[in-house]
Amino acid sequence: MTAAETNKTLKVDIWRGGDDGYYQSFTVPHEKSQTILDVVTYVQRKLDPTLSYRFSCRVGMCGSCAMTVNGSPRWTCRTHVDRVSGDGYIKIEPLRNFPRVKDLAVDMTVFFDKWRDANAQFVPTEPDLDGFAQVDPNSSERKEASAAIECIGCGICYAACDLVSWNPDYLGPAALNRAWTLVNDVRDADPNGHLKAVAGDAGCHACHSQQGCTSHCPKSLSPTASIAGLKRNSFVALLKGKL
Amino acid sequence: MSGRLEIWLFVFQRLSAIVLAPLVLVHLVTMIYAVQGGLSAAEILNRTQSNAIWPVLYGIFIVAVAIHGAIGLRTILREMTPLQDKGSGVIAVLFCALVLILGYRAVGAIA
Repeated sequence: MTAAETNKTLKVDIWRGGDDGYYQSFTVPHEKSQTILDVVTYVQRKLDPTLSYRFSCRVGMCGSCAMTVNGSPRWTCRTHVDRVSGDGYIKIEPLRNFPRVKDLAVDMTVFFDKWRDANAQFVPTEPDLDGFAQVDPNSSERKEASAAIECIGCGICYAACDLVSWNPDYLGPAALNRAWTLVNDVRDADPNGHLKAVAGDAGCHACHSQQGCTSHCPKSLSPTASIAGLKRNSFVALLKGKL
Repeated sequence: MSGRLEIWLFVFQRLSAIVLAPLVLVHLVTMIYAVQGGLSAAEILNRTQSNAIWPVLYGIFIVAVAIHGAIGLRTILREMTPLQDKGSGVIAVLFCALVLILGYRAVGAIA
């Protein structure tokens, strides 16, 4: 039994307001198998209905409930209190590197704008009237895409990335990871167009491979590996005169 | 974004690192050996001047240092200072030139 399990209550500090906010302290009953989202929901429903935060599926699929918990970005619906709070204290803040809207809700606009800027959208080929595209599950492209495809767009990697905090133009791990899946999608009509969009000092070449994204990704993806792949493939494309 | 330039800088940064890795080890081991052995400056110069491998090794070393250091400095300046592309690029090129000049001056002295 951990120290947190022996505590009957949790002391929770939650960020209130926008950039010029403050921490508000709450006391929340400690339950078995309690998640951080459970804690925030308890505060909003029982203690202060003005608390703003974002969630949807509660089962780790939608990627909307990410917050900073005791200093680290986490998906709060799948983060157990006992795993992050040994002493019964929890500090909950909005995600780093995002403009704050109110309390724990951040503005995700710039995050998804960068997916667009990274040309991270599928470019269809001419429709094949004979049937579905055949993708060999054992091909190297399919394996590379499979390793990166399960992103839920939670923004945790973006919050964990120091490059994003240093260079606001940096496309960020999620958008680059998505571009990498498209480069490896044999059905995509313009793989070099994806590489062209992400090659540069605000794209994959800005990455220092510090792996903050990889160590925090709740889906255990490695955007760092995807970005390294983009660096490799963009060099090959350049040598072939396709960039 | 200057995509092509960034790709080439990335490649040269990695290639120069590959060259630097063994040369730095050789440099450190040689220095420690020379100090431990109590060699005087004259004795060291006598050895470097009697064997062409040292000027050649350090000649390569300096090129790798100049490239690697300049690209790294450019990145640091862009990320940590208000300098933009042009300013950081100019400083990096000047740094590269300075390392080459000072480095080859030193190689000339031991050759």
